[in-house]
Amino acid sequence: MEPMMPTINLSALYPEIIIALFALIVLLLQSFANISGKKYFGYISLVGIITAIFIVFFKPSPFDFKSVEYAFNGLWVVDNYCRFFKLIFLLGTGLTILISIKYVEDEGIQNGEYFALILFATLGMMIMASGTEMMTIFLGLELMSISLYALAGFTRTRMISNEAALKYFLLGSFATGFLLYGMALLYGATGTTSLNGISQFLAKTHLQSPMPILGMALLVIGFGFKIAAVPFHMWAPDVYQGAPSPITAFMSAGPKAAGFAAFVRVFVEALPALHGEWVVLIWVMAVLTMTVGNIIALVQDNIKRMLAYSSIAHAGYVLVAFLCAGEMGISSILYYMLAYTLMNIGAFAVITVLAGKGEEKVNIEDYNGLGYRHPVAAIAMSLFLFSLAGIPPTAGFMGKFYIFSAAIKQGYLGLAIIGVINSVVSVYYYLRVTIAMYMKEPAASGESPALIFSPACIIAILISAFGVLRMGIFPSDYIDIAKQSFLALL
Amino acid sequence: MINALHFPILSFITFFPLVGILFICFLKDEHHDLIRWVAFLTAVVSFVFSIPLYFHFDSNTWNMQFVEYIPWVKDFGISYHMGIDGISLFLILLTTFLSPLAILSTWTAVTKQVKGYMISLLFLEVGMLGVFCALDFFLFYVFWEVMLIPMYFIIGIWGGPRRIYAAVKFFIYTMSGSVLMLIAILFLYFRHYKETGEYTFNILTYHTLQLPANVQFWLFLAFFLAFAIKVPMFPFHTWLPDAHVEAPTAGSVILAGVLLKMGTYGFLRFSLPIFPQATLNAIPYIMALAVIGIVYGALVSIAQDDIKKLVAYSSVSHLGYCMLGMFALNMEGVKGSIIQMVNHGLSTGALFLIVGMLYERRHTRLIADYGGIMKVMPVFASIFLLVAFSSMGVPGLNGFIGELLILIGAFKANIWFASVATLGLVFGAVYLLWMYKRVMYGEITHKENKLLKDMTRREYAYLLPIVFFIIWIGLFPKPFLDKMTTSVEHLLQKVTDQKAQNTMTIEGQKIAALNLNYTLQNRALSGRE
Repeated sequence: MEPMMPTINLSALYPEIIIALFALIVLLLQSFANISGKKYFGYISLVGIITAIFIVFFKPSPFDFKSVEYAFNGLWVVDNYCRFFKLIFLLGTGLTILISIKYVEDEGIQNGEYFALILFATLGMMIMASGTEMMTIFLGLELMSISLYALAGFTRTRMISNEAALKYFLLGSFATGFLLYGMALLYGATGTTSLNGISQFLAKTHLQSPMPILGMALLVIGFGFKIAAVPFHMWAPDVYQGAPSPITAFMSAGPKAAGFAAFVRVFVEALPALHGEWVVLIWVMAVLTMTVGNIIALVQDNIKRMLAYSSIAHAGYVLVAFLCAGEMGISSILYYMLAYTLMNIGAFAVITVLAGKGEEKVNIEDYNGLGYRHPVAAIAMSLFLFSLAGIPPTAGFMGKFYIFSAAIKQGYLGLAIIGVINSVVSVYYYLRVTIAMYMKEPAASGESPALIFSPACIIAILISAFGVLRMGIFPSDYIDIAKQSFLALL
Repeated sequence: MINALHFPILSFITFFPLVGILFICFLKDEHHDLIRWVAFLTAVVSFVFSIPLYFHFDSNTWNMQFVEYIPWVKDFGISYHMGIDGISLFLILLTTFLSPLAILSTWTAVTKQVKGYMISLLFLEVGMLGVFCALDFFLFYVFWEVMLIPMYFIIGIWGGPRRIYAAVKFFIYTMSGSVLMLIAILFLYFRHYKETGEYTFNILTYHTLQLPANVQFWLFLAFFLAFAIKVPMFPFHTWLPDAHVEAPTAGSVILAGVLLKMGTYGFLRFSLPIFPQATLNAIPYIMALAVIGIVYGALVSIAQDDIKKLVAYSSVSHLGYCMLGMFALNMEGVKGSIIQMVNHGLSTGALFLIVGMLYERRHTRLIADYGGIMKVMPVFASIFLLVAFSSMGVPGLNGFIGELLILIGAFKANIWFASVATLGLVFGAVYLLWMYKRVMYGEITHKENKLLKDMTRREYAYLLPIVFFIIWIGLFPKPFLDKMTTSVEHLLQKVTDQKAQNTMTIEGQKIAALNLNYTLQNRALSGRE
């Protein structure tokens, strides 16, 4: 008897294949390129990203139609949910590459590996979003994580960068262990790694052993680490501060979104039977994450570190949405992650340029008087900060509004109140930067080297600023798409 | 749904300052005068276009007028919904009227970053007008919050020595109140959905919502916090002296003239009609706080040695009158409260302008540094006196009309609170006249004061229009009061209905209790048989 061939359906993987291909091309060209040729790696990668965006958007059908494609016997799915997330990843990656082009040149790390690693990390995220089975998700997560460990230490002559990479690697591997252990326990309890299979098994057999619950708890730890939720957030400030600025921007957006993509899919698709149990865990985690993130951010002087804590706090808001895992909850996660990607990478774009060579100017005092030296940069930065703080009419406000609506709809009134109080607290540290930019005199030394915004970086800032305003003032389209994408999970 | 003009006039007035901002963006930093002129003319155009609102306003209906309605975010039932009634009409006119004057007052006071300053002022105007026009909760909230940003920059960049502290305090104080309001809005939104199956943020549909008393209490509390901070009512007023004192003149004028009214407006538009039961329950507490504010504000004003601080604290006292009149919940009280909002905008705005004029000449705001100014600035002295009279409520000027109506209303509602509030009038006269005496009368004790010049043409240009309205409202307030009658009647209807319903239920309960008694007696009797 001839063994039955599984349906492969490679066409569902075109965007991933494109990204992988471009990553390999960049790696390969690296061996041949001379100094002047190295300039083009960034642009080559961008071509790959843009192609992938088009494919994700239009295949199998334009985005606003409901369509699902499977591959590898259902190990892989292309639904609107993962397509939305993939667009977030690709957008984040594209913006990161735009910011990086000049950065790598200045820092003398103009290597193909840099861009290849970014592309591989993106590939990992895309696999995480599309996997409907534990092992696929795990593979994606590892591909993403390992690329990120290397990227965090990419400016290898800087001590702080090395420190970041090592810390990230050690803690990250540890967390991956938890995740894998959790997956193993769930597999042991249910006999399958497929999300659907687990869900069906758990629905059929009423919980008899504590194994699935233990597995679920370990998954919470593993994913909690990836999204930097308190109390698994310890790595984030050091890594964010030490990593090269464009990589920090990259890490705070894409991988965090990927973490949420997998987290949500696993818990909503595979573990609805344990809803009663994980809701409690996530509730506590959400409150801690928002509160601790915001309060510690208040006292930071290093802007990258401050944004690291702010990014922890934002993960807390998204966890609130996760708790209300209904239609509004999930679509608000999608909306928020898109908004967050735009505003955070936008802010990091300004930070990267201002930090200068060797990233020396990353303290809030270095922003003193920026509003007068570089009005446009300061206005852009203010826009991103006000958006992060959730002041209308920006994407950040709309996102928070969406999340807290979902919370109130599901009856989590207390959580919503804690959330909004937290966002008032956060206003204080975002305002600190605007105070420095507009209300303080520039440093006494007087010599302020001219900031050079490369065209690529300007494009990145413009795209982010436009997106932040567009999503804040005319959010309808995005909300429609986010809602469509939620339906895919049902 | 009447739009008498067949033209989206409210949007035009609200967003026209954005056109000015766009223009200014393209001007070079150095062209200070050009930038000032563009900003001024923009604000004037907004004002000119707001005048027809008054003349085309139909005072026979309480319905919203000049309505514009465009769905905005359909999934959530958010719409771009603008419209005004007799309550918001005057606040809009006040805003468009004060904005150009405020811009004119900064001609020579602000010389650094003129471009940013004018952009902030115009942007602020957009936010304020939007708040008064919005009939959609979401839209209202957006304007309410957006307005914080320019004000924050105005205080923080162009303010006095403690400007950063004042700006951050202003921002965070206001925002902490308003986020809880947002939660309350969202709660109402889902509540409304549960009852009617329709997602909408339309404020007017919430007016018809029937809520149980305990729910009303909590929601009222959340709204109260937001509005009480903005007003500011007594225990929430601490941001005000800081913000007012540190802000540049135009900032103080707008803060006192318009921003504070957003709080009182909020009570009228939301708290009273949506939570009538909670409003009735809250009357004694709010009246008490209002009276405390009146007396406390006045007493603290007496103790000030800084003119600007004195005027700032006097706002606490004056806004206390507005709240007192409003929660008297009768025709006189509410009308008095609305007209007093306008009066306070005019007279306190003018007082801040006058303080600004003194400051520009002498660069000090301490009362002790002045004295005998009347001798060198006679015209200024007479205008100052008139404005001070208006602020303390001398008959024949606008302040009198407002305070009289409020006190009549308050006496009808509660004689004790009203009596104490009357005391506040006396204190009001004390701090203003005493300050006036120390600044203007006597000998010139500081020789720098001998050379002060009297008012310039520009200064006439921004003070005389205010003086004109101070006298007009004082002598002939009818055109103003008439426009608001129907709207206020409608507003009060809601609360009196609730009151009637309460007494009916109390009566009903009494009857039910009697009936029960009766049946029990009957049973007892039949049992005995």
